[in-house]
Amino acid sequence: MTSDKKELAVAALRAGTVIDHIPAPALFAAVRILGIESMDKSVTIGNNLASGRLGSKGIIKVADTEFPQDVLDRIAIIAPTAVVNIIRDYEVVEKRPVNLPDVITGIVRCPNPKCITNHEPMPTRFDVTNKSAVELRCYYCGHSVGSDEAPSLL
Amino acid sequence: MNTNSLVSISDITKEEMLDLLERASYFEAHPNSKLLDGRVAATLFFEPSTRTRLSFETAVNRLGGRVIGFSDASTSSTSKGETLKDTIKMVSNYADIIIMRHFLEGAARYATEVTDVPVVNAGDGANQHPSQTMLDLYSILKTQGKLEGLNIAMVGDLKYGRTVHSLLMAMRYFNPVFHFVSSPQLRMPQEYIDVCRREGIAYTEHTEFSPEVINSADILYMTRVQRERFSDAMEYEKVKNLYTLRNAMLADSKPNLRVLHPLPRVNEIDRDVDDNPKAYYFEQARNGVYARQAIITRALGIQIPPK
Repeated sequence: MTSDKKELAVAALRAGTVIDHIPAPALFAAVRILGIESMDKSVTIGNNLASGRLGSKGIIKVADTEFPQDVLDRIAIIAPTAVVNIIRDYEVVEKRPVNLPDVITGIVRCPNPKCITNHEPMPTRFDVTNKSAVELRCYYCGHSVGSDEAPSLL
Repeated sequence: MNTNSLVSISDITKEEMLDLLERASYFEAHPNSKLLDGRVAATLFFEPSTRTRLSFETAVNRLGGRVIGFSDASTSSTSKGETLKDTIKMVSNYADIIIMRHFLEGAARYATEVTDVPVVNAGDGANQHPSQTMLDLYSILKTQGKLEGLNIAMVGDLKYGRTVHSLLMAMRYFNPVFHFVSSPQLRMPQEYIDVCRREGIAYTEHTEFSPEVINSADILYMTRVQRERFSDAMEYEKVKNLYTLRNAMLADSKPNLRVLHPLPRVNEIDRDVDDNPKAYYFEQARNGVYARQAIITRALGIQIPPK
């Protein structure tokens, strides 16, 4: 039963969402992007858990909540490996990946200090120019952002 | 958003570009056409640029329109902390067209989102300056009689020079051969090299400003190498004179070669080139008025030639 013990460290959900396979360094950024800090449902967050695929991973469980897919897709910028599990009545009824959208609005800050978005009260907007390598381009100033840079701009 | 705004040269199709060139040609033949009678153009220069502002204001005046605006953000409400959005919304109540220059990149794009009045980008930081590109294109067309299949050498600062980037994006429709001449620090950015590769455009990169490049060119597009682009002053001293054009270097160039430069020039074109008939940079600036008359009338949906 030693293997069960590891799984029981986090309580099972009756209903809600489990976001698994988040790279450990991206966990707290994912929490922020999903707006979990301001939710009143029970939330369980685990990090640096052993993962065969990622080495160490983070996991987020939110009870009684199902996020719209476009909200979940926002974390693809930092956690493209994340897997979303929808739980109903203790069963995983759906398992799906997150997908980087074509356009990302209002999440990533433009690193160009001369970009208009850093001076006006307005949302940022990035076009995703390369989905697999997570490359973004500011719609306003044209500045390119690579995957290594994106997490620090959230 | 008004679809007749012009923010970036990449926003318009080849056909729209050709339409603008035809308009420019019309205005060269008819510089004083009272097509803007009763209309008001706002020139909002949040960053001073005397040359560009005078060119746009001349264009409006020759079209018979009136101009309102400011030439420096310190004389506008921006200095009181007003947002760009509020300034644009306010001016939209007064003007039929907004011509704006801003030190922030993406400012003109944002302006098009907050007003229905057409916006013409007269330069947003290091980003876009489409009227410069149109006057470059018009100058090339005028001096070569065509745009198709030309050999174009771009020399100097190819990394930060927005004019060469926009010219490349515009010329890609016309089957050019490009020669990029620069120091390794200032070479053409990869994204534009990728454009050439993707579109099957022939290009070569050179670090030497050689006779072979000069003598094969139809257009020699010179740009200024700016001292502030170098973190190391020694590096600047090393390269600053490597890409200077002198009259003697044009001795064996093609008869149809023309030397273009967006101006202001510092020392990248020696003064002894100025009297060579192949030097075109001063006339190039005059074409700016026709190109801007073209852009303004298109933005306002005015048909050319007028009925």
